[in-house]
Amino acid sequence: MTVLTNALRELAGLFVDDGALALVIIAVVVLAGMVATLMPDASLAAGAILLFGCLAALLASVARAVRR
Amino acid sequence: MTSNLALVWPAVTAAFLASLVEAVEALTIVLAVAIVRGWRPAGLGALAGLAVLALIVTALGPLLDLVPLRLLQLVIGILLLLFGMRWLRKAILRAAGVIPLHDEAAAFATETAELREQARRNEARLDWIGALTTFKAVLLEGLEVVFIVIALGAGRGMLVPASVGAVAACLAVAAVGLIVHRPLARVPENTLKFAVGIMLSAFGVFWTGEGLGVAWPGADFAIVIFAAIFLAVSVAAVALARRPKAEALS
Repeated sequence: MTVLTNALRELAGLFVDDGALALVIIAVVVLAGMVATLMPDASLAAGAILLFGCLAALLASVARAVRR
Repeated sequence: MTSNLALVWPAVTAAFLASLVEAVEALTIVLAVAIVRGWRPAGLGALAGLAVLALIVTALGPLLDLVPLRLLQLVIGILLLLFGMRWLRKAILRAAGVIPLHDEAAAFATETAELREQARRNEARLDWIGALTTFKAVLLEGLEVVFIVIALGAGRGMLVPASVGAVAACLAVAAVGLIVHRPLARVPENTLKFAVGIMLSAFGVFWTGEGLGVAWPGADFAIVIFAAIFLAVSVAAVALARRPKAEALS
């Protein structure tokens, strides 16, 4: 059981290192998805939110790590 | 055709470089087990890991065709963003000196020390422990390679080119490892992770956008633009992350 738990934890660790970064990325995707759904004619706005939101999330995560 | 090439080369290169990093990490552990306990348990564990990986790919591969393309692009895009930005964040922090660089020689020394300690405590079970160690290493690092290949290749039917890049990297590392019998400590791991993190993040934004119905200007060429933007921002982030330390010293 411990082996399985460890394996699952390591598997999850492939995608999530800084939990806050992962959460912000998901939030950015949800926001971009809402814009794409509500304004299908302006899908580029959703694309811009996605790209610049991810970049901002990355910078914020790096800044947090530097402060720690 | 031109547009397709714009997608194929970054996918092959990203699969090759990412697999290179994973294969080097797996090789370090396999070598540590082989040196402490011999090639038999190390090889058996590694082969068992490869066999389980092959089973997973064979079982799950055909299921990919059943998933609607938009949903597949969205799910893979999000996973690529999580995976790629995690690598990129770590590479930025390492390049800026905020966290130490990954040292393959140190990882090798730690692994061999742990195995020797286990040998001291329980000699009889060590062959199993050694085999289990290489099995886990090959399986986990291999799963990362499989994920990267699927993520880079499944969205546009490029599984074959991405697989070729990954297999070439794994074979190259295995061949060099067998010849030199030492961990490949001189591979510039952080530079590779930096480059791969940028590529995976760029692919992640592209696929997620496609999955959400975004009509990217320039179609597939948008990936190259995204990669350039991620590179510029990451280089700036390294410079900014270094600054507080320099200021503290002055």
